[in-house]
Amino acid sequence: MITLQVNGVSRTVDAEPDTPLLYVLRDDLALRGPRFGCGLAQCGACTVIMDGNAIRSCVTPAVKAAGRKVTTLEGLGSVEKPHAVQRAFIEEQAVQCGYCINGMIMTSKALLDKKANPSDREIRQALAGNLCRCGTHPRIIRAVKRAATLMAKGS
Amino acid sequence: MRSIRTSRREFIRQSGILIVGGGLTGSATRALAQVADSSAKSVAADEVDAFLSIASDGTVSVYTGKVDLGTGIRTALSQIAAEELDVPVAWIKLVEGDTALTPDQGPTWGSLSVQVGGVQIRQAAATARKALVDMAAKRLGVAPGELEAQYGVIRVKSDPTKSTSYSELIGDREFRLKLDKAAPVKEPARYGIVGKSVARADIPAKVTGQFTYMQDVRVQGMLHGRVVRPPAIGATLVSVDEGSVKNVKGLRRVVRVGNFLGVVAETEWAAIKAAQKLKAIWSAWEGLPDMDKLYQVVRSTPVAKDEVTLDAGDPKSALGGAAKTLSATYEFAIHTHGSIGPSCAIADVRDDQVTVWSASQAPHWLRRELAAMLGVSDSKIRVIYVEGSGCYGRNGHEDAAADAVVLSRAAGRPVRVQWMRADEHGWDPKGPPTLAEIRGGLDASGRVIAWQSEFWIPKLTAITDGVPLIAATLAALPHKPALNPGNVFQNSAPGYTLPNVHAVCHRLETTPFRPSWIRTPGRMQNTYANETFMDELAHAAGADPVEFRLRHLSDARGIAVLRAAAARAHWAARPSPRRHATAASAGAGRGVSYVKYENVRTYVAAVAEVEADRRSGAVRVKRVVVAHDCGLVINPDGVRAQIEGNVVQTVSRTLKEELKWDRSRVTSVDWATYPILTFPEVPEVDIELISRPSDPAWGAGEPAAAVIPSAVSNAVFDAIGVRLRTVPFTPDRVKAAARRQT
Repeated sequence: MITLQVNGVSRTVDAEPDTPLLYVLRDDLALRGPRFGCGLAQCGACTVIMDGNAIRSCVTPAVKAAGRKVTTLEGLGSVEKPHAVQRAFIEEQAVQCGYCINGMIMTSKALLDKKANPSDREIRQALAGNLCRCGTHPRIIRAVKRAATLMAKGS
Repeated sequence: MRSIRTSRREFIRQSGILIVGGGLTGSATRALAQVADSSAKSVAADEVDAFLSIASDGTVSVYTGKVDLGTGIRTALSQIAAEELDVPVAWIKLVEGDTALTPDQGPTWGSLSVQVGGVQIRQAAATARKALVDMAAKRLGVAPGELEAQYGVIRVKSDPTKSTSYSELIGDREFRLKLDKAAPVKEPARYGIVGKSVARADIPAKVTGQFTYMQDVRVQGMLHGRVVRPPAIGATLVSVDEGSVKNVKGLRRVVRVGNFLGVVAETEWAAIKAAQKLKAIWSAWEGLPDMDKLYQVVRSTPVAKDEVTLDAGDPKSALGGAAKTLSATYEFAIHTHGSIGPSCAIADVRDDQVTVWSASQAPHWLRRELAAMLGVSDSKIRVIYVEGSGCYGRNGHEDAAADAVVLSRAAGRPVRVQWMRADEHGWDPKGPPTLAEIRGGLDASGRVIAWQSEFWIPKLTAITDGVPLIAATLAALPHKPALNPGNVFQNSAPGYTLPNVHAVCHRLETTPFRPSWIRTPGRMQNTYANETFMDELAHAAGADPVEFRLRHLSDARGIAVLRAAAARAHWAARPSPRRHATAASAGAGRGVSYVKYENVRTYVAAVAEVEADRRSGAVRVKRVVVAHDCGLVINPDGVRAQIEGNVVQTVSRTLKEELKWDRSRVTSVDWATYPILTFPEVPEVDIELISRPSDPAWGAGEPAAAVIPSAVSNAVFDAIGVRLRTVPFTPDRVKAAARRQT
């Protein structure tokens, strides 16, 4: 049994101790934000925020997350009430297939929490380990800038 | 008549599909709706009812065999239907790619979804609209010409109190009409929805984790499957040691059928562990060519047939009489699709019916291929599309579906197969290597008077053959031994008005890896050769590359995109390379390229701005300016997104991407060994969209990609005077090319 704090709720799951956090989130807790992309921490599709840092859930054993605060894409906001970063991605239409977008949003959220007004270069550096195959990058960069403005306005 | 609500409940009760997660939105809702009421619906592509139905609450369901692969066609096709029916886009419910519910409109490929699929939907909607107006005329006792329609209500123009509605006239009933080619379509001048940047309906769910991708679908009673591929592509399975996985908790069974090997387990993690731990003995196989000799192998592969794509004048004698001649050889590497989410599918194989959920770009073809593999009729198989990770062509989605079918049949339960990263990189079908050789001649005034080109590309058994399924091959189940790289001959003929031309494609008997199509197949490789050679000719003529192209172009729309791109990029007219380029170790340059897609449709011109360093071999693409004319633009923001994607993805393919292998297997099996472009390397993309509302709508999903490799190559030549004739332009290749030219 592993007990996790996910999106503000304490959840206990019956999973093998070596199970990566990603599969616990997806298969046991039925979350769809974090996604399987490589299982090798190379692409960022599985990104979640743990204790304020964007981490790769595909290589993080679930037991390591026990007792720590895990936030997934679902924990930021919803269609009805999106978080500023999610709203910015909608407004910039910064999604094509969207399979990578979880990682883009979670990494940007962690960046913006630490740095309110990042430069173009800082955004690119922060997202350097997140891969997108559709070529949505120009819109994603614009969305992160828009998110910084929205967050500064407190919306 | 059928009732959607009742049958939805029925479905959930009877077959118990469940989708993990909370609210059912996006494709989850569609997946549910799509499984409902399949018995009576028309799917005949010449019938209105195949394409649309109007419910009693006014909702318009549009059924299409085209699928949204993340490109936004769901929105564009909804706009087309809404426009013709005079209803808001939000009223349109699009059902896509379900073999039981949607007409077969061919695969979603070739930038044809709007151009061909959209025209079929428009015709269905126009036929329906005419029928509704005729019905309303009868009911209201006036002539059809006295009526107008808006928001699903048909009114008498002179007396708006007299009205009826679509739902009153047809709600929940069938039209029973053939598509009417003569049904009047709306004049473009009256468009209120088409031509607007309607926001995509899927994005809010995608950015909040509420969208259901193929990878998220769960079916009741489902087991998790993983495949265990041979360590060498052509190896045979000698023995399997099932004892090696007996301690994996949750493993249900090991499945072996011929050389097909896989596992099924109660949990996903158990399936992964079992697949990793399973010990098997395979025969040795070293049938792949030496990677370093790839293009020699291509050149010496037996030719099945020669295909002449353009024959004009007498290039041989013109070449003999030319003031200046030159020739060059171009090579383009093997590429993988590189979907961010590895392929995934679920199959539920029962005695009487097989249901498959797949992100395939071609659900109708997949049904046919699976039917052939299982030796059953098409009618026994239902393929339901659920959007997955972008595929950019025929990637592994279909193969994962076949894997799931084999595993489900063995396990007697529905099985979900999720490929691992190495399965995707190692086993998706590849974009084949291309070799091209071009000879050209200039007259004394600097005009091209001779052009002879040869392309070495794989043959095509038949475009409708599909790509052989891995499971069928490994398990020795029935399948066509097809070779299908897509229509890779396209754009081999030069796109200029030249007096003496001979362009020939040597269609090769084989190619090293199972081929398929990847975005802009052939058009990209062939345009790379043609447009780089055009630049070499401009250089030989001492001409500005834009002016040189205009000299040989008589097509007004082609001229317009070239001029637009040059103007937008503030192109300074002068020959390439820039002054002192060859003396400098590094510098900035610009290059141009142009294509008329497949020599018949969408026009694109691009200017690439680069920085290149001959000592380090580094090439950085800073900015790409694109001028794009695809006729009528349905959704301008959607077209822009496609152009941006084309540019960024192709800069990645051009600078970095190259399949690697040893004599047995693919060795570039992850993102470290097959790197793609990252954020710090992404160029700025600047677009000029030329809209021609009274012309037909052409495709935008691929054309802009065709010009990128040549634009970058030409820009590097401008910057440092080094001609890059092999894609990708890795630092080693750039350094080698620089050494050759000094």
